[in-house]
Amino acid sequence: MANDLFNSFMTGPDEKGRFGQFGGRFVSETLMPLILDLEAEYEKAKTDDSFWAEMDDLWTHYVGRPSPMYFAERLTTHLGGAKIYMKRDELNHTGAHKINNVLGQILLARRMGKKRIIAETGAGQHGVATATVCARFGLQCVVYMGAHDVERQAPNVFRMKLLGAKVVPVTSGRGTLKDAMNDALRDWVTNVRDTFYCIGTVAGPHPYPAMVRDFQSIIGKEAKAQLQEREGRLPDTIIAAIGGGSNAMGLFYPFLDDKEVNIIGVEAGGKGVNAKMEHCASLTGGRPGVLHGNRTYLLQDDDGQILEGFSISAGLDYPGIGPEHSWLHDIGRARYVSITDTEALEAFQLCCEQEGIIPALEPSHALAHVMKIAPDLPADHLICMNMCGRGDKDIFTVAKALGVEMDAGG
Amino acid sequence: MTRIDQTFERLTAAGQKAFVSYVMAGDPDYETSLELVKGLPDAGVDIIELGLPFTDPMADGETIQLAGQRALAGGMTLDRTLELTRTFRATDQTTPIVLMGYYNPIFSRGVDTFLTQARDAGIDGLIIVDLPPEEDDELCLPTQKAGLNFIRLATPTTDDNRLPTVLQNTSGFVYYVSITGITGAAAAQSSDVAPDVARLKAATDLPVIVGFGIRTPENAKDIASVADGCVVGSAIVSELASGKPVAEVLDFVRSLADGAHSAEIRIA
Repeated sequence: MANDLFNSFMTGPDEKGRFGQFGGRFVSETLMPLILDLEAEYEKAKTDDSFWAEMDDLWTHYVGRPSPMYFAERLTTHLGGAKIYMKRDELNHTGAHKINNVLGQILLARRMGKKRIIAETGAGQHGVATATVCARFGLQCVVYMGAHDVERQAPNVFRMKLLGAKVVPVTSGRGTLKDAMNDALRDWVTNVRDTFYCIGTVAGPHPYPAMVRDFQSIIGKEAKAQLQEREGRLPDTIIAAIGGGSNAMGLFYPFLDDKEVNIIGVEAGGKGVNAKMEHCASLTGGRPGVLHGNRTYLLQDDDGQILEGFSISAGLDYPGIGPEHSWLHDIGRARYVSITDTEALEAFQLCCEQEGIIPALEPSHALAHVMKIAPDLPADHLICMNMCGRGDKDIFTVAKALGVEMDAGG
Repeated sequence: MTRIDQTFERLTAAGQKAFVSYVMAGDPDYETSLELVKGLPDAGVDIIELGLPFTDPMADGETIQLAGQRALAGGMTLDRTLELTRTFRATDQTTPIVLMGYYNPIFSRGVDTFLTQARDAGIDGLIIVDLPPEEDDELCLPTQKAGLNFIRLATPTTDDNRLPTVLQNTSGFVYYVSITGITGAAAAQSSDVAPDVARLKAATDLPVIVGFGIRTPENAKDIASVADGCVVGSAIVSELASGKPVAEVLDFVRSLADGAHSAEIRIA
């Protein structure tokens, strides 16, 4: 890692949308003019006080920000090591961090005069957030969701429908997040003139990775200020789960130049990071490639064909990762580890029992890594993990994994 | 001068429009696909677009998505696609083959290695859907340097400001995507396409070929009459997918080619 004091990790992406070799704009010509328009509109909005004033107002009164910084006292005692804080983004309106970004993109869509919003969703959290904000602003909303995910995330599908969105089950491929993104891109290319594609993570063609990161950075900015107030200093370690990586990028970004802060991203290890690819750990088990508009680490075979990932968590079930994470991985500024389904389930249960918080399966992965490292760290070591979503949507999946029979209708 | 340039020279001399056909390499299996490709020139195809299968074809409709899945399930790879081209080339040294697909399988192979292998196999040009001019350093410029054509897509969203950028590093011909949408979608009418083609022709000396959504000999004739030729893909792939023998699929291709070739020269 470069130690030059003047070398900032926060200057990316460059004018080509690259973080080192990662990122870029690998899209068809039909979309390219719109992507350039979006970039120009975002650049204008970024420095427009009225844009951020509107965001702040909605964040405060609609989403409920700032989210609390919670000292997980019983978990800390139970693990007997580092002091554990949770950034409670699961308390946001709609139950996850996703809405932070959706608000920003919908305000941009309004500025661009787009009346129709499309989105892809895995666990359904981004779909719910998009449907919510579209309802709030009276915009038409279409959500693409893998057929397999529609099945395992039924409560979120119903939520989206209640909010007036049209949910399109995607049957191509294996019917997960990757396939939903393909179909959303097909819709976009067909309806490019009136449609805004609200991407849910820090991936896709430039400017999406940077734009989504900027909208999610509210997490890290608040965390920094809150820990300063509570502890009078920076955390020693920050930890977040990664599918595409938006909650992680949001937490990490404001800390990138605080070189004393350890940054750990937790990928979904599924059944274990082995040769059979029954996991979604792109950085641990993949190599650089080009998919969905950007170059990044991907799960792929020797012939460059994309592999289907595997995870108990629908929100992490994606064979790629945001390009900025790939860059942070390669330059060594952040460390990336993986957690298996079994470990995540253990963390899920421990969090319920010790803290009275039912976490989503996604942050359960981050928590599982906290459980691994906290016991060996001193009591004055501050860990901040991002509790990026609540687990109501996951109780059926967890019940099934634990062998509990539950009647979804009852 | 590439085989593509030579083909257009021949067509211009004969006062004829070009008929370009797309088929997916390895669909539904290597042998059937090779038999089909080998039969295309005699069915009247001037340029063959050969699909390189990819798991995530974001610009393609269901017909070509499924064709790619069948090919991959049948064990089709980049190496086998090059082998198919090489086998074709052994008996046909004049019909151009343009490889059409997505960037990742090529990036995965390594651009320089791929270009050497593609040229040796007898591929004449590339159409790579997810590489806009903004990414020309990746593959477009190395392809031109290797002596192959890099054929660019222009679309209804390519406005006058952007057109020079799109045309700048393109060669062989310009592929005009007649609709905003994916392959296999509804056809545009020649009356809609004509002004766009005229706009492109005013900005380039390259032939302009129109594709997306052309399904019948009548469409082919209609669209070819306002451009330098037309492309048919999904409609041919559908015929093959319906289980028809290769000879019958080639009969259909011949009817499309006859349609395109019967178009009168109307362009100034």
